[in-house]
Amino acid sequence: MTIIPTYVILSPVVGDINSLESSSKVITKKLITLWVLGHRRLNKFKANFKFARTLFVVLSLLVVSVFSASCVGFGSSQSTFEVSGPVAQNQLNLFNIILVLGVIVFVIVEAALIYVIIKFRRKNDDDIPEQTHGNRTLEITWTIIPALILIIAAIPTVSGVFFAANPPLSADEGAIVVEATGHQWWFEFDYPQYGVHTANEIHIPVDTPVIINLRSDDVIHSFWVPKLAGKVDMIPGNKNHLWFQADEAGEYLGQCAEFCGVAHANMRFRVVAESMEDFTAWTEHQLSEPQEPIEPLASQGKSLFMGARGGCMACHQVRGTNAMGKIGPDLTHVASRTTLAAGITKNTQGNLKSWIRNPEKIKPGNLMSANAPIYQENSDELTEAEISALAAYLGTLK
Amino acid sequence: MASMVFAIPRPVHPTGIWSWITTIDHKRIGILYGVTAFILFLSGGVEALLIRAQLALPDQNLVTPEVYNQLFTMHGTTMIFLAIMPLGAAFFNFVIPLQIGARDVAFPRLNAFSYWTFLAGAIILKSSWLLADAPNAGWFAYSPLTGIQANPTHGIDLWVVSLQVLGVASLAAAFNFIVTIVNLRAPGMSLMRMPIFVWMSLITAILLVLAFPVITVALFELSLDRVFGFNFFVVAAGANPVLWQHLFWVFGHPEVYILILPAMGIVSEILPTFSKKPLFGYPAVVLAGAIIAFMGWMVWSHHMFTVGLGPIANSVFAITTMAIAVPTGVKVLNWIATLWGGSISFRTPMLFALGFIAMFTIGGISGVMHAMAPSDAQQQDTYFIVAHIHYVLFGGAIFAIMAGIYYWFPKFSGKMYNESLGKLHFWIMTIGFNISFFPMHFAGMYGMPRRIYIYNEGMGWEIYNMLSTVGAFMMAFSFLIFIYNIVTNWRNGEDAPDDPWDARTLEWSISSPPPEYNFVNIPVVKTLDDWWNTKHEDSDHLPMPAAGGSEDAEEHHDIHLPQPSYWPIILSFGLMLLGFGFIYNFYVGGLGAAIAMIAVYAWSFEPVNDPEPENNNH
Amino acid sequence: MAHDVASATHGEHEPTTTGLNHRKMLMWAFLGSDCMFFGSLIATYLVYKNRSITGPMPIDVFDIPVTTVSTFVLLMSSMSMVIAYSMLTQNKMKAFRIWLGTTVILGSTFVGFQVFEFRTFANHEVKIDCAHMEDLTVLEQKVAEKCTPGVHHVEEVVPLTPRVNLFGTTFFTLTGFHGAHVTLGVIWLTSILLLSIFRPKMVTPERNLDLDLAALYWHFVDIVWIVIFTVVYLFGVFEGY
Repeated sequence: MTIIPTYVILSPVVGDINSLESSSKVITKKLITLWVLGHRRLNKFKANFKFARTLFVVLSLLVVSVFSASCVGFGSSQSTFEVSGPVAQNQLNLFNIILVLGVIVFVIVEAALIYVIIKFRRKNDDDIPEQTHGNRTLEITWTIIPALILIIAAIPTVSGVFFAANPPLSADEGAIVVEATGHQWWFEFDYPQYGVHTANEIHIPVDTPVIINLRSDDVIHSFWVPKLAGKVDMIPGNKNHLWFQADEAGEYLGQCAEFCGVAHANMRFRVVAESMEDFTAWTEHQLSEPQEPIEPLASQGKSLFMGARGGCMACHQVRGTNAMGKIGPDLTHVASRTTLAAGITKNTQGNLKSWIRNPEKIKPGNLMSANAPIYQENSDELTEAEISALAAYLGTLK
Repeated sequence: MASMVFAIPRPVHPTGIWSWITTIDHKRIGILYGVTAFILFLSGGVEALLIRAQLALPDQNLVTPEVYNQLFTMHGTTMIFLAIMPLGAAFFNFVIPLQIGARDVAFPRLNAFSYWTFLAGAIILKSSWLLADAPNAGWFAYSPLTGIQANPTHGIDLWVVSLQVLGVASLAAAFNFIVTIVNLRAPGMSLMRMPIFVWMSLITAILLVLAFPVITVALFELSLDRVFGFNFFVVAAGANPVLWQHLFWVFGHPEVYILILPAMGIVSEILPTFSKKPLFGYPAVVLAGAIIAFMGWMVWSHHMFTVGLGPIANSVFAITTMAIAVPTGVKVLNWIATLWGGSISFRTPMLFALGFIAMFTIGGISGVMHAMAPSDAQQQDTYFIVAHIHYVLFGGAIFAIMAGIYYWFPKFSGKMYNESLGKLHFWIMTIGFNISFFPMHFAGMYGMPRRIYIYNEGMGWEIYNMLSTVGAFMMAFSFLIFIYNIVTNWRNGEDAPDDPWDARTLEWSISSPPPEYNFVNIPVVKTLDDWWNTKHEDSDHLPMPAAGGSEDAEEHHDIHLPQPSYWPIILSFGLMLLGFGFIYNFYVGGLGAAIAMIAVYAWSFEPVNDPEPENNNH
Repeated sequence: MAHDVASATHGEHEPTTTGLNHRKMLMWAFLGSDCMFFGSLIATYLVYKNRSITGPMPIDVFDIPVTTVSTFVLLMSSMSMVIAYSMLTQNKMKAFRIWLGTTVILGSTFVGFQVFEFRTFANHEVKIDCAHMEDLTVLEQKVAEKCTPGVHHVEEVVPLTPRVNLFGTTFFTLTGFHGAHVTLGVIWLTSILLLSIFRPKMVTPERNLDLDLAALYWHFVDIVWIVIFTVVYLFGVFEGY
């Protein structure tokens, strides 16, 4: 493979056909030398190529595995990639822009790094390379180009900041307003436009901007529904707000996203987006007062709830009854919610009983276990019968 | 004189444990810092492994949330204040005087004091585990969660006091190194002929001097609230908890540059040595470091994008934060240009330095993603941030520190480490690191908040958490290899030559380890990379005198060295008692204050060298 | 042969790269950090200005004439400090001790004023003459609500302490830390003075750097006070600031 080009190169040297015999030895020697050199070069090229190819294969495997791993979480209920509202979409779009730019920078820098360490590997311990000190043009170029890229990236950044800060409609123009107050470790929700007061679950109509006013009663919390919008903190003494809109009906998961103490991991909530009719029906239902329970077990439960034995009315409110406690979540329509204990377990009778039986086990550090007399050491534990009764009563609070 | 007044003779312990306790030799202090900080790094690592064990599977209850919250608080505080900063100080101490051609730092006793006070602060913080009352509000301790109402036990007080004590240590060291670098350079070593590591250290020291007082004030304010009922962060009195965040992050952002600039300095030394080429664009790298330090003061509210500062503030800080990527990028590109055209050898220090570039680039890119405030609104307080910080702090600072330890190991120990074990450490650590932290980007984007002790099955985060845990244990294993390598070779390794790497700076011109006085004669410097030029240019560069180490050199030259002292450690002890006493017992605190006052006076009366020559151990 | 640079047996005479003395540079670096320290305290004060919910406000408690006197006293102490240093370098030891003593006395007087002020504030009393109720501050108006018919004078103690409101918290912390700095300075200067009396060989014109460092610190603390006096006291009582 190397002989033909070698011969072609050498033909001017060969030239005079008459001295072919004497030159043939010379030529043969030259050809052999060239073949050996060429072969070494080829081997080197092959070695480099093998190294580079191995590296390429390894890197590709890495990229593929990273990419596949990245997809595992797809469909996660708090994913910021599968968004359902304009604010989250805007934020995702910005992320995608910088992701592309970032990957490009990554590839360029890492490829340059890999290239130099292969190409300039030390071959000889005595080699001293040229002692280059710098290059001003290069410095200026590689300062200006990244600066330009970042200036361009700044444009959607600033517009995104203002987009997320300013709801497209004000409360008077048709936006729904929710007053959210963070507590350790649950969310209180009020709808001033409707008079609804609830906890840990909000309903909103689709395709309607919703303004959430954010407050806190104790420490800093944060209101985050990843599929709908980025988070904003709930800071005691301060008035923050965010807005979002759900483009599709569904149940969206939210979680407190600012470390707020022992039960921070268990402070979550739900946002249910539904048609305007369903939403209106929900608000009307939330305003209603619950009926007196008919079933004896539930009736028993109500007495426990309101009486000294349960002591629940000291902290919880059930409108239309004597329970007017404001310390814990409002329970007037607790049975209509999909989850319990601030979004951490499904709202079933079984889970409700577990919660009443031993709240500390479900949500370590919760304030009910810490403060309610029934859960203190000097009190008799609730019996199974009492637990069933209470759960039955709460189950009627639809 | 004053020693007579206080009836305590000057220490004269050339060997043994007392020589370490009273040492003021920068090389020994550097070793003390390094060993102590590494042990504390391991303790922070154990805290991390417990965190990862708890999060490996969903719905686990290996630890209670109370303990978990203490674990992540202690892990973060330990790694930043008890590991990375003092490891940096270890390098400042050992390397800077050698690189600038000095015999010691400007204030040797103050230097010892910095170390012992750091140890005191470390004891105060770590003792919180033993007192079953570790701080639990995260390493940045947002108010009002740290208030006396929300957090009545002493954990937060221990955190506050330890950081105040550590602050004293850091400030003292920073003052010392500023004066040393500015005022003790060898003749001919202008600022632009200093090794790049010395430049980065100078910039870091200036940042420390200006940034630490801000957190000192924040910590005082928190203490005054908790202990004396002041109202700095009491919402009912009209206070704004966001004040804490502003004060903390005005300190906190320069702090991260304090963590990374020395690391960048180390890498900037290693790359040229193992490519046999000078650092490309030395003035640009110096300028970039200075610009990063300056701009680092204008970005702090990028930690507060979700606090509700308003769109104008958020826009401004987004832009300034993106701007800081430019000088950072300039450094990375200069490093690559240094490698270009070089003759690259892949010894362990170089592997870690190259790993630094690769990992820090990833961390820098995710940093720019955070800079863009709208996308940060989704990333803030999630594992995406955890991924970013570990890529820059572990993939960045720790990799560089490992590089530095291997690089200067021959110099400080006089022995060679085992190269194969070093490489093995590198590969296992790098692979484990990426397996651990890369998946966190995904966990974060899929909605996993940070600082949660538990997550439920079905959230889609399981695989990422499991990978992170596996990777963490791989990293831990790699450190076992490192410890084995360093410990066995420090004792029994092959003797190291003066200049095993054919390096470029002055510390390689003297013996390994250097003699106590460092240089027989203080060198006269003619260029940047003076040692390299001495070796490789046969121009009019004067040959260096024989590398130091011969005993008779001492007899021939009038070398005066500063003498050991008891007062630094006594003052540190007084401060430690004052710290504990402030929290637990007024009399202990009073005793500590009294000891401290006495030590300050005794120290100021003690001459740098004992006037009686027979008490000198030279 | 090059000098060995880190030898310090000769104190101030070792050659340094910049020619500046190590300890002087150290003091400047320290003062830089102290600037940031006071800057953060002043920033906290300003952030919380006019945000107290209750209690005495600056206008209720500040006595600008008295504080002006104490400010003057502190400023004069800087002047006496300068003179003391000058006397020392000229080997006029007796004059040096007198002027250093003056500085100590003036500094202590300033601290005395601070203590007096703190105690006055902590026992602040509002006195209302119900016949003359013009130009009352918000606090005075509140107390004046007790001026029901038949009541001629109302007196109520409304203390200003750090626990009472944000103004108390920030004011006492800022001026308290400043006062602590002055106190440390007084102790330092007194030590030098006593040393000069009982161990005269340790305080000589050759060792003037020791006094120079103390003087630098002293002047810094004075400058901080000028800022505090302006930002806290003057801005506190004049409308529109």
